[in-house]
Amino acid sequence: MSGNAGISGGANGATPPPTSSTPAEPIVVFDDVSIGFEQKPVLENISFQVRSGEMRILLGPAGVGKSVLLKLTNGLLRPDSGHIFVFGQEISAMREKDLFELRGAIGTVFQEGALFDSLTVRDNVGYRLSEEHLSEDEITARATEALRFVELDGTLDKFPSELSGGMRRRVAIARAIVTDPKLILYDSPTGGLDPITSTTIIELVMKQRDISHTSSIVVTHRLQDAFILAMHHFNLAQNRMELLPPHQTDPNTSFLMLHQGRLVFDGTTAELIHSTDPFIKEYIS
Amino acid sequence: MALATIDAATKRGVLAVQEYALLSARALGNIFRKPFYRSDIFMQADIIGVGSLPIVILTGFFLGGVLALQSASTLTQFGAEAFTGQLVSFSMIKEIGPVVTALMVSGRNASGMASELGSMIVTEQIDAMRALGTDPLKKLVMPRIVATVVMLFFLVILSDAVGILGGGFVSVSMLGQNGTQYFNTSYQSLEFPDILQGLVKPVFFGFIIATIGCYYGMKTRGGTQGVGRSTTQAVVWSSILIITTDFMISRFLIGIFGR
Repeated sequence: MSGNAGISGGANGATPPPTSSTPAEPIVVFDDVSIGFEQKPVLENISFQVRSGEMRILLGPAGVGKSVLLKLTNGLLRPDSGHIFVFGQEISAMREKDLFELRGAIGTVFQEGALFDSLTVRDNVGYRLSEEHLSEDEITARATEALRFVELDGTLDKFPSELSGGMRRRVAIARAIVTDPKLILYDSPTGGLDPITSTTIIELVMKQRDISHTSSIVVTHRLQDAFILAMHHFNLAQNRMELLPPHQTDPNTSFLMLHQGRLVFDGTTAELIHSTDPFIKEYIS
Repeated sequence: MALATIDAATKRGVLAVQEYALLSARALGNIFRKPFYRSDIFMQADIIGVGSLPIVILTGFFLGGVLALQSASTLTQFGAEAFTGQLVSFSMIKEIGPVVTALMVSGRNASGMASELGSMIVTEQIDAMRALGTDPLKKLVMPRIVATVVMLFFLVILSDAVGILGGGFVSVSMLGQNGTQYFNTSYQSLEFPDILQGLVKPVFFGFIIATIGCYYGMKTRGGTQGVGRSTTQAVVWSSILIITTDFMISRFLIGIFGR
């Protein structure tokens, strides 16, 4: 790791977050949310909150609806019932037109990166900035800064197809953080990657949590990633992650667990480890 | 069981028409709302319009030529080969030019739009675009509609002109007809309703090509196989709609102008 600073793009006013939340207000609130597809329920009666600066790690078996929950959070899907509040605004009742504005303050890292394959890395990372009609020089500067954060500042003119899977995922993280969002949604950021690359990605997620204190929801089905996030913190001086002292966990990181469409766990790392629920015990064993 | 299948198929059909109408209406509404994505419109105009020039010129020229060849052989039987130019220009401007050009552009671009947007759907690029605060209907669909309508209009005019030229080339060089006579009858027999018919059709056809291509692209499901399916459906349905709409526009305008 050689980057040494978090991203702070909001200062030059490119992305004023359309938020009405206050520090005391939760960033995300799910209130009894249900959704199904073709008469088949996928998520049922989901309620939880994400506070400012908090990281919620969403665990659950494959196909349980973790990605659906993320898509509900940024309004890409609408719930069949219940209410979702993001930055204090009820997004489940917002028009698509207004949602586009709100999404500007949410960074999303998709499962496979979802980079625009016909655009260069610079244009991918600076996409949101070009939509806001920033000057080309400023877009390049901000994209370079974001890419430096993920240690890919030499790839500006490359196309996604020229990058490895791990590099694409890092570019996706750079694209998500370039506008200094108040909330980042990570959809299986390490899915399909080798262990070393996965650790690099998790380190970047941790860096964003500990340096920029951005609220986030991290979807994963890899327990090792989840526990690395819970039991390490990022040391800016040494520019690498460090294991927390024994019996300590990151206070801003907590867990959610889905099983058969329902939220079966919402609590801290210690509560997760000591849970007596048979499914949770089997899942984390 | 059979009734349930018919019922489900009908519902799917009605739903598809509703989705298509909504997509078209929303994309059209976006023409008048900021941002306008001018550079995307120009890029699509280049891909659709300039990129289609070779096939439109080639097909137009040879269609005009074959029209002259076929009609002259029939007209000669009645001693009316002097009307070859009139027949070629009538056919090219009112029917062959708009329909064949639209079918060519449909084969080239409706399929391209469906596969491009379909690939973006299956790789979550459309979701990423929405997540980045951009309306894909505004950024991707609207520029394609505007570019196709405008460019097809000019491509049809070009195809008509090249077709008449092709007919003239065949009439003079192969059939030994008088060139001046050919072009005079081509030009003088045309009236306002004929030109109008030839210019109204590409506007509708362009709209059909772009909206059908984008509709099938945006509703792609099921990975690469789904992209292939969308591409095929886009070409099939845009071709069917072009020919059906051609009949309706012809009937309507002939009803009004009497020719």
